[in-house]
Amino acid sequence: MSELSIQGVSKHFNGHSVLDGIDLTVASGAMLALLGPSGSGKTTLLRLLCGFERCDAGDIMLNGQLVSSAGVHLSPEKRQIGYVPQEGALFPHLSVADNIVFGLPRAQRKARHRVAELLEMVGLPAEFADRAPQQLSGGQQQRVALARALAPRPALVLLDEPFSALDAALRVETRQAVQQALEASGATALIVTHDQAEALTMGQQVAVLWQGKLLQVDAPQQLYRQPLTAELAGFIGDAVLLDGMAEEGMVNCALGRLPLRDGPKNGRVNVLLRPEQIRLRDAAAHPDAPRARIEQIDFYGHDACVRLRLPTLTSPLLARVPGHQSLQRGSEVALQVEGRASAFLQPA
Amino acid sequence: MLSALMNWRQAANRHVVGGWPLRLLALAVALLVLLPLLFTVWQACQFEPAEARQLLLRPLVGELAGNTLLIVLATTCSCALLGTASAWFVERTQLPGHGWWALLAVVPLAMPTFVTSYAWVSLSDLLQGFYGAWLVLTIAYAPLIFLPVSAALRGMDPALEESARTLGLGPWACFFRVILPQLRPALLGGMLLVALSTLSEFGAFMLLHFHTFTTEIFAEYRAGFDSSGAALLAALLMLLGLVCLWAERRVRHQASYERRDRGARRAPQRYALGKYRWPLVLAFALQTIVSLGVPLATLMYWVTQHGDAAITPAEVSPELLWQATLSSLELGLSGAVLTTLLALPLGYLLARHPGRFSSWLESSVYLVQGVPGIVIALALVTLCIQFVQPLYQSNLLLVLAYSILFLPLAMVSVRSALLQAESRLEELARSLGLNWWQAMLRVVLPLAGPGLGAAASLVFISIVTELTATLLLSPIGTETLATQIWADTAALAFAAAAPYALILTAISLCSTWLLMSLLGRNAISGLGNG
Repeated sequence: MSELSIQGVSKHFNGHSVLDGIDLTVASGAMLALLGPSGSGKTTLLRLLCGFERCDAGDIMLNGQLVSSAGVHLSPEKRQIGYVPQEGALFPHLSVADNIVFGLPRAQRKARHRVAELLEMVGLPAEFADRAPQQLSGGQQQRVALARALAPRPALVLLDEPFSALDAALRVETRQAVQQALEASGATALIVTHDQAEALTMGQQVAVLWQGKLLQVDAPQQLYRQPLTAELAGFIGDAVLLDGMAEEGMVNCALGRLPLRDGPKNGRVNVLLRPEQIRLRDAAAHPDAPRARIEQIDFYGHDACVRLRLPTLTSPLLARVPGHQSLQRGSEVALQVEGRASAFLQPA
Repeated sequence: MLSALMNWRQAANRHVVGGWPLRLLALAVALLVLLPLLFTVWQACQFEPAEARQLLLRPLVGELAGNTLLIVLATTCSCALLGTASAWFVERTQLPGHGWWALLAVVPLAMPTFVTSYAWVSLSDLLQGFYGAWLVLTIAYAPLIFLPVSAALRGMDPALEESARTLGLGPWACFFRVILPQLRPALLGGMLLVALSTLSEFGAFMLLHFHTFTTEIFAEYRAGFDSSGAALLAALLMLLGLVCLWAERRVRHQASYERRDRGARRAPQRYALGKYRWPLVLAFALQTIVSLGVPLATLMYWVTQHGDAAITPAEVSPELLWQATLSSLELGLSGAVLTTLLALPLGYLLARHPGRFSSWLESSVYLVQGVPGIVIALALVTLCIQFVQPLYQSNLLLVLAYSILFLPLAMVSVRSALLQAESRLEELARSLGLNWWQAMLRVVLPLAGPGLGAAASLVFISIVTELTATLLLSPIGTETLATQIWADTAALAFAAAAPYALILTAISLCSTWLLMSLLGRNAISGLGNG
């Protein structure tokens, strides 16, 4: 329900810089996924937003109000931020309903204000209201934690790796429930995660934090197709990187002459393709296409990862094909590329 | 019978020691330990209801009951406040030197209450009666609350407090609505333990002239050889103790605040103290001075005084000192060894063959903790006089009494030590061709050794500082450090008592320090009972 604005925020611990000049804006009502590997500083940023730590530099503004700055530090209880920690952290001595109304004034606590509404919002049955937290599964506890955070109608909701503690089966279901609840409440949300699949699904925008610096803030599709650097490309998903020579919107590489996505570039470049762009065709039907030998097939049911060996390349290539395509290990196939490629200028 | 036989067969197949011999041995030990309790109950049942009512409804008993309840309530409350406050400031704030304060808060457990009473009563006789007893017991038993509460504070999930703070709670509201409810099991358990220890307290009450059930039982026993009046009071006291014990068990069972432990947890944040920092340090320093400084300083003072300086002059003969020290050490060592040996079959049964039989045995042995030392000693004396005359006033009886008193203490360490020497290692040894005692000698005992040593050390410290049973059961002519301090203080010969008190305190503090440095702070949480 409110815009978050982070400007120039820095934090260091014991001389070691954890966050360096972070600039980030989340529009009111929008959801941003903050993606970064462990140690990138994303939990620190969350704690700075909540007020558990003080910034060394920079400003944080919430709904136009300066919340943290040089000389200004609003304590956590006054910031009106909903916080969902990594493992839910429900109060074990209270029932689910008491947990949900915990942050409300006493009169509303007694009246169990909005408990039924919030339980429905997070997709839990109303009977859960009187259960003890220990009787719920991990995913259910996480949803109750979200309901608890949403009850006081906070300006901003922060979720710290909300699904990493759940097993795979629960993860998808809980994720969808959380997404729906956040949209229904209209709250501005910031989700911190190290799982790139989660980041790409959940946020309307994804911000990538790498070693304390914000590398790229973009819509998920943009981030996936046009990452700013080659390392980022490898982090967001599987990347196929080839040497190439670019000229006027096309690039020549081991897989042939491919159209470039972002404008004409000239000179030696690293070409970025995603494995699902590489199609395997019958070698006899496509005599001009580049050839490769299938070295290894990893079958996942819905798709398969194929490791290919080209005569022109030293290291193998990864391709991802639909599961119904039947392939033989050791056979020769022709390669075709669908869609455009991205290119990074090679360092001089 | 048949099912027991089948169990034995199963045990034999598992290649660990099991079956009939072990169970019988464990049962025998448990029965030995239960003997005083059962005998006291039997004695109490010998009374006619009218006679019992007459003995119990005396005004004297009313006064004693009032005193006992008063001191129990007062001590429990003051220990709870002091222990929780200390634990909070040491664990959760940026108190300067919090590591040291944590250590100093625990040391009073190693000082016997009668030594502390001796120190305070020698300062001024204003401290006799209720207030002196309250002071001494608060000092002595606050660590019993400090230890579990600080452990609970350390183990608490910081995410709970952080969530509470984002939901709008300030630090004080956070403490009362989130932290205190989670401390409840540890706090309640500690408070019940304090209550139990206060009920069982004897030496301090005698020296401070504060009349409770324990002092009355002792007085009636000494007054005449017919200990029937004492027996009834003992049964009543035992009942109170068992109620406390039962309540403590209930609290422990209800402590089901499990936490899903997935991955590393960040350490809780310590609150800054700002302007309260140095006043708090001063408060802690004051606490240390009162609980440790004053007793130790008083001890040192009296040691340097000549024998005439006290209210009652008395000579300290080095011979007697040496003998008393030797007696204490001898009794301590033999008691420690016997107790550990007796605890072995029980501990082994619990570690290797958990089940209904072993948990039943465990509960019955655990019951003994609720029986005050004086009740056990009295029961043993009466038993001996009536049935086993030659054993009366022998060292063996005294050592047996120690074993009964401290078996529950030893069993905790013995059982966890044997759990550490995992059964599969023992089975592996058997499969490699060793028979049962070879496996025991070469695999189990080396692995369980440190834990068994810890058990023996705890029992040793407890025996050396034990007063009650020693007074009732020691052979005529045998004096230990404890009994000498007792005799001298009762006669107000403070300077004479000083060297004994000094040696006793030194032994206790050194052994405790050794144990703590080897096994950590919580290793000594069993001390302070009896």
